[in-house]
Amino acid sequence: MARVLFKGNEVIAEAALRAGVDAFFGYPITPQNEVPEYLAREMPKRGGVFLQTESELAGINMVLGASAAGARVMTSSSGPGLCLMLEAISSMALTRLPAVIVDVVRSGPGMGDLAPAQEDWKLSGNGAYKIPILLPGNVQELANMVFEAFDIADQYSTPVLVLADGMLGQMMEPVDFDKLPERRKNLPDKPWRMASVGEKGYRTMMTLTYGRPLTEFTDRFENETMPKIIANETRYEAYGLEDADVVVAAYGTSARMAKAAIKEIKTDLKFGFIRPMTAWPFPKEPFEKIGPNCKAVFCPEINTIGQMIDDVRIAVAGRMPVYHIGNTAAGPMNTANIIDALRAYVEGVAK
Amino acid sequence: MSIVYERAKSLTPVDFTYCPGCGHGIATNLVAKVIDELGIQNDTISVSSVGCGGMNPMFFDTDTIIPMHGRAPATATGIKRIHPDKIVWTYQGDGDLASIGTAEIVHAAHRGEKITTVFINNTTYGMTGGQMAPTTLVGQKTTTSPYGRDESHCGKPIRMSELLATIEGAKFIARVAIDTPAHIRQAQKMIKRAFECQMKGLGFAMVEVLSTCPTNWGMTPTESMKWQTEHMIPYYPLGIYKDFE
Ligand SMILES: Cc1ncc(C[n+]2csc(CCOP(=O)(O)OP(=O)(O)O)c2C)c(N)n1
Ligand code: SF4
Repeated sequence: MARVLFKGNEVIAEAALRAGVDAFFGYPITPQNEVPEYLAREMPKRGGVFLQTESELAGINMVLGASAAGARVMTSSSGPGLCLMLEAISSMALTRLPAVIVDVVRSGPGMGDLAPAQEDWKLSGNGAYKIPILLPGNVQELANMVFEAFDIADQYSTPVLVLADGMLGQMMEPVDFDKLPERRKNLPDKPWRMASVGEKGYRTMMTLTYGRPLTEFTDRFENETMPKIIANETRYEAYGLEDADVVVAAYGTSARMAKAAIKEIKTDLKFGFIRPMTAWPFPKEPFEKIGPNCKAVFCPEINTIGQMIDDVRIAVAGRMPVYHIGNTAAGPMNTANIIDALRAYVEGVAK
Repeated sequence: MSIVYERAKSLTPVDFTYCPGCGHGIATNLVAKVIDELGIQNDTISVSSVGCGGMNPMFFDTDTIIPMHGRAPATATGIKRIHPDKIVWTYQGDGDLASIGTAEIVHAAHRGEKITTVFINNTTYGMTGGQMAPTTLVGQKTTTSPYGRDESHCGKPIRMSELLATIEGAKFIARVAIDTPAHIRQAQKMIKRAFECQMKGLGFAMVEVLSTCPTNWGMTPTESMKWQTEHMIPYYPLGIYKDFE
């Protein structure tokens, strides 16, 4: 198949279908509506369950049920919906139930507005847990990451979150579905799945931690699963770090803006660039590779107070100052904002 | 010698951990007997709930799962949609079904979800220590209605069977009690019919079981059965609210 022009949200849906999604449960919210709309059209033709739910709460709990039943299952939403899902996501992380959750991020807090944003970085909810969070940077990568998210979910038996900023969901770009990553091999069976009764002669009891200490579950996650995910799934793109005077770190759409800004700005200073492609596990390695000349790290994010920046600060460990570039009163952050901030810094150094 | 009573096959050998004399014990046993009678143990997936009934995955010898509080009908929906040929049922208390999970139960009925719900109405939140539930009777004292439920403050108890019976997708709705042997036998019949409704693929089915919580009511098991007869049944009339051919 050649390259085709596709809208980000529809790419999410198509990639999920190609990954063999068995069921989708979700509730309408802008800016992700084309995901369920596409699946409502395609699922009946291609064999799968599509169900519009009464709420995100119900939706994620249907996802939980379908996953427990052994299915490849997905939901998509945006910030306010994601908040409603956190209890179940946290529970699925504990019971190790695979699922793919796509968040086409809009700006908050609260209902916020419909402007695209880069928020929801700190997926939260109760309890100490982590789930893989993928950060696509363009529409092709969105396809690839949604596709691969299903394999990651099954490989480690975990919910996986794809954080796509609203810009990515709404933009059209060429995408080539032949370039999807290969399906992972040797994914584990799901012997725990509901309805193995009769087929295999044993019963499943999925009871959170009933009868066994919670620490048995959390310990196994911390000491077995987490290290594997960190070792195998941490992803980033980086260049120019060793001799950089300044490093710009950004993900998703703001990474595209940052690249453009670095190109455009005329200066003798050397810029290095880091694009985290996973929020968890967060790529610490490129930050450790930043050379001794570097005087500052900038983090452009489409939000007001910075979220990724906290992880960057931890990774940089105080070696140099880390600055936020973000939204202004005039609107969401754009390339010009980044150029302005970098130029002000460059001119300050020149003085 | 003939066997007059034996433990239901659909139960594990584990002793019930409900309080002695609790209505949950009777209801759990009735469901297990129905599963035996219908011969569906190997096809049944049990979805419990958060509350004292949440302990029953240890007792049912079927695939079992504890969902999030109130979301049993949603979790059951997810399972049923993946395995339409399995028997999927939920076991929910009144805090779970009639308070935090009203949206999920209403919409499971509204979609005509082919699941069966056994709804245990004991007029209180048993597991958390006897707080007021939407089903608590007017004047009834609980830990959060220490002066008795006051209608002007928090309304009158909700009647879920009547409410759900108005929904098209609900194909079988009945309310039963467990205060007398005759009522218990009737309850078993109704639970059976609710499972048959699902087996015929008709739509949503629910049996509301008026139950007891001797521990939080501060009564002996015998007193609590009497209280059910005298106070609960008059407000919650027994009967079939929706039936199929
Ligand atoms: C989201 C959430 N809120 C509150 C609780 C605490 N909680 C556990 S059991 C329960 C009450 C259940 O009462 P009910 O459904 O009436 O069942 P019973 O114990 O009476 O059988 C509550 C509120 C919880 N587990 N999750
Ligand atoms: S607290 Fe009440 S409902 Fe719960 S097991 Fe004890 S008697 Fe039964």
